[in-house]
Amino acid sequence: MQRMQETGRLNAGEARLRNLLLRGLAGEEPAYHAFLQELSAHLRAFLRKRLARLPDEVEDLVQESLLAIHNQRHTYDAGQPLTAWIHAIAKYKLIDLLRRRAKRDLLNDPLDEEFDFASASDTDAADARRDLGKLLHQLPDRQRLPIVHMKLEGLSVAETAQLTGMSESAVKVGVHRGLKALAIMIRGDA
Amino acid sequence: MRTDDLVTLLATGAGAVAPNAAARGYTAAIGWGALGAALLMGVLLGVRHDLGVALLLPMFWVKLAFVACLAATSLLAVLRLSRPGLRLAWVPGALAAPVLAMWVLAAFALMRAQPAQRAGLFFGDTWASCPFLVALLSAPVFAAVLWATRGLAPTRLRLAGAAAGLLSGAVGALVYCLHCPELEAPFLGFWYLLGMLIPTAAGALLGPRLLRW
Repeated sequence: MQRMQETGRLNAGEARLRNLLLRGLAGEEPAYHAFLQELSAHLRAFLRKRLARLPDEVEDLVQESLLAIHNQRHTYDAGQPLTAWIHAIAKYKLIDLLRRRAKRDLLNDPLDEEFDFASASDTDAADARRDLGKLLHQLPDRQRLPIVHMKLEGLSVAETAQLTGMSESAVKVGVHRGLKALAIMIRGDA
Repeated sequence: MRTDDLVTLLATGAGAVAPNAAARGYTAAIGWGALGAALLMGVLLGVRHDLGVALLLPMFWVKLAFVACLAATSLLAVLRLSRPGLRLAWVPGALAAPVLAMWVLAAFALMRAQPAQRAGLFFGDTWASCPFLVALLSAPVFAAVLWATRGLAPTRLRLAGAAAGLLSGAVGALVYCLHCPELEAPFLGFWYLLGMLIPTAAGALLGPRLLRW
């Protein structure tokens, strides 16, 4: 009985999160913000459980996974369970981190437990060790300026284009490529 | 940067995302790649001169169906492998089916033939060049399909690379069918398959390096 209740809670959590993501993918910014917010808490709980021996890495990996999920958000298939998609991305980034650290003993940790949406999610966002803000400033201007103006200052594409003298499509490409470059920089620095 | 700030950064101005990115990407990749393969074949090999006659032979269509089935199922495999959290499920079985069917045909052809003719059925006239020409024609598709896969998010890189390679091999072989004079099942079941397996192996080799994200 208790198990059934838990499954129900899990499904409800997933359905709500999926709804937020789908609305976000359709262009609803507040829904997408709420999705990422809730997602980061779930990722933190998920990764903390699996990185018990590397607690300092958790917040960095939460941020890396968030960036990855954002950058690859076009790969979500609406017919697919959201947990499977998020779980696969977080696991991919986790394994990538463990490979990078070349800690063989950690590779033996069980990675296959279900991504438990019902488990207590972790909202106390600790500071990451790696500062994405600093990495951001190492990007070339054609990527850095669009990100700073659009994503940090909240200007529109047109305003950013006017301010930087770039074309509107160059601004959009700059944001897109800049966030991908950021993911590559993260991968390279650990 | 705090995680909450990152969330705000990512969400700000995120905009809408066009659906079916994977399907659109692979449609374009296969289209451009096949065009490249057709141009390569036109310049280097030419269409077989008796294509009009060949079109009337059932075996020509069996050959085309064999390669087309492999192309379709490897496309399904790539579509699943390039997105996180999708399972292959029955796709490997569907990939094996056309190969097994061709092998059954080949076994019948070999059993029916006189012993002295069997080598001819297997080697045909072009066994030495066929696999390499199939691999050569698959090269433009290979580049295009790997590029499309890089734009998605494969999590099993070696397998995704191999599936992308097989897809390009099958599309290359489909184009090669318009040039190739061979129609015997034992030939197709081995040399065509070998030709398609060359880009498959290349994909498996390059996948882990090229497809990381």
